[in-house]
Amino acid sequence: MIELLSNLAIGFDQALTATNIFYCFIGVLLGTAVGVLPGLGPVATIAMLLPITFGLPPVSALIMLAGIYYGAQYGGSTTAILINLPGESSSVVTAIDGYKLAQQGKAGVALFTSAVGSFFAGTVATFLIAGFAPPLAEVALKFGPAEYFSLMVLGLAASVALAHGSIVKALAMVVLGLLLGTMGQDLYTGAPRFNFGLVELADGIDFVALAMGVFGIGEIIRNLEDSTERKLVYSPISNFRYFIIGPVLLAVAGTLEYLDIGPSFNFLGHNPNVLSMVVAVPSLGLFGYHLSHLMKDLVPTKEELKSIIAPILRGTVIGSFLGILPGGGAILGSFGAYTIEKRISKTPERFGKGAIEGVAAPEAANNAGAQTSFIPMLTLGIPSNPVMALMIGAMIIQGIVPGPNVINDKPELFWGIVASMWLGNFLLLVLNLPLIGIWVKLLTVPYRVLFPAIIAVCCIGVYSVSNNPFDVYWMAIFGVIGYFLIKLDCEPAPLLLGFVIGRLLEEYLRRAMLLSRGDPFVFFQRPISAVLMILAILALVIVLIPSVSKKRDEAFREETK
Amino acid sequence: MPGFIKNPKDFFAGLLFLVIVAIFGWGLRELPIGTAFRMGPGYFPMVLLIILTGLGVAILVNGLRTSGEPIGMIPWRGLALITFPIIFFGATLKGLGLVASLGISVFATTLASREWNILYAVATTVVLVVASWLIFIKGLGLPISLRGPWIGGY
Repeated sequence: MIELLSNLAIGFDQALTATNIFYCFIGVLLGTAVGVLPGLGPVATIAMLLPITFGLPPVSALIMLAGIYYGAQYGGSTTAILINLPGESSSVVTAIDGYKLAQQGKAGVALFTSAVGSFFAGTVATFLIAGFAPPLAEVALKFGPAEYFSLMVLGLAASVALAHGSIVKALAMVVLGLLLGTMGQDLYTGAPRFNFGLVELADGIDFVALAMGVFGIGEIIRNLEDSTERKLVYSPISNFRYFIIGPVLLAVAGTLEYLDIGPSFNFLGHNPNVLSMVVAVPSLGLFGYHLSHLMKDLVPTKEELKSIIAPILRGTVIGSFLGILPGGGAILGSFGAYTIEKRISKTPERFGKGAIEGVAAPEAANNAGAQTSFIPMLTLGIPSNPVMALMIGAMIIQGIVPGPNVINDKPELFWGIVASMWLGNFLLLVLNLPLIGIWVKLLTVPYRVLFPAIIAVCCIGVYSVSNNPFDVYWMAIFGVIGYFLIKLDCEPAPLLLGFVIGRLLEEYLRRAMLLSRGDPFVFFQRPISAVLMILAILALVIVLIPSVSKKRDEAFREETK
Repeated sequence: MPGFIKNPKDFFAGLLFLVIVAIFGWGLRELPIGTAFRMGPGYFPMVLLIILTGLGVAILVNGLRTSGEPIGMIPWRGLALITFPIIFFGATLKGLGLVASLGISVFATTLASREWNILYAVATTVVLVVASWLIFIKGLGLPISLRGPWIGGY
């Protein structure tokens, strides 16, 4: 316990520097702003914003990315509640009761519940990570190549089992991802692989280009199919026009300060710009005034508050445990929590018609799960879902090899990230409650303005990775491929997971085979490895059993409704 | 659609996977395979290709046996108007600089929208170019010039 606290102290020491708080803040803000846009889930948001973290030192970059993740997750819940359009699968259940509440004019209460539930769950999950990660990393250090290989196979199998639609297609997507990952140089001999005579392919395909192409560009092409405009049912802000003046003026002040136009004066050793201060001071006042008005719309009644406490607690527990499982992440938790709430409720008939518990529990669960899914990533270096795959990609770009060694070799990085999770959740709470009005307004940005903006950001972003035009071409190509794959009902998430894991998987396979002199049964002879392998096989066999696969189909159908 | 394809989504997905197998299989020719004990650069990809062939055939056959929904409309115009501007951007950013390259690309992508009008297109383009300049060049300091050497810049 003491050790846990001292470790967390190292972390907060890292996370609570002015610079890192700033990056976390920017991350949460940008993540929410992008995540709230219709059709952009956390994966697309992170893929899009990844390049802006490249110039930062590793700790700040990862803190900012984590902030983007929480922001995007929260943004997804906001769209789920307000326009019945969940940004990603984990907020699907939130939409069921959240949207009903919004239709009844209680959108503010639903958003408040979601924010508070997420914050509480996030806080608990941060401590869970701090407690569980070190012993797990300890165990992981004893892992040989065979255990690692089996663990990755388990992770991939789980991601296949949890993908939407056809299992065979999901399997094929994983294998395709692994195959794309083999492009570039061979690990041991340095021989060029699959470069098809192109010098530009000597290092393989850039991960950012793939992720942005499939999730960003592919999604845009798909959205161009239907021209239906999404309708907003209810805006919780009555006098929005006045409300927005404050933040806009503040932004103007920030810009003025940044561009440093006009004279400046001395203030406690700083030199703020006169013009910017003239704009900033009244804007803060305006902002505060409207904030007090806004809170009336948001804060739930005493009864409502009482009825959300227990569901938030239950959701946190369920989400935390399901999040640790490979392939789990946020989605399992939110489904599980909703089902349980409905089952133990005295009035189950209210669910689906605007039950606040139906928002509180899954929102707590998906945030808890979103965070505990960092555990396998940080300690084993294995992504349990596409978001974690992106995080690993970001870590590798920053020159960090994720795995059990990170915790010992770079304690300040590890604990900094853990502490920043809590910070991120805290910022999410203080930032999003007052800004809900703006997010609501962002929802109304027409898609015809939105998609050129996404394209512009993706283009500049992917180019900036290595100032290489070929990355931009690849992004376009993967956009087209990604579109057709989505069109043919092939989920792109397992592909990304396979792509990220590919190199590691091959490396461990080859090492294990060298040690076993080419005997493939080594994976079943070592006990830990055997258990992991059997679990992986079970995961696939179970979903292929007709009765289970039928249930699974039903579950996903309910979800997409 | 020929009559024997009962589930076009599966049929074409299977076909797509098999085409990819063929392309990579062609690239595999020059790679030494090695043995399971000492794997060469080609061993792991070969195993993947064998698995993918099996899965691809299974999906393809499924497309012939079970019935499924049609694929639906493909927005070819939108697809082209998204893809080519991106490639144009990649090809000309160094030469034309941010303003011209991004401006032309963004303007072209707006044509993919069904509710296109000149005011919307110009406004979107101008706002995005200015915002990109502020965020990426002023803010993040990316080494991208505003006006490239092709049009008399640096």
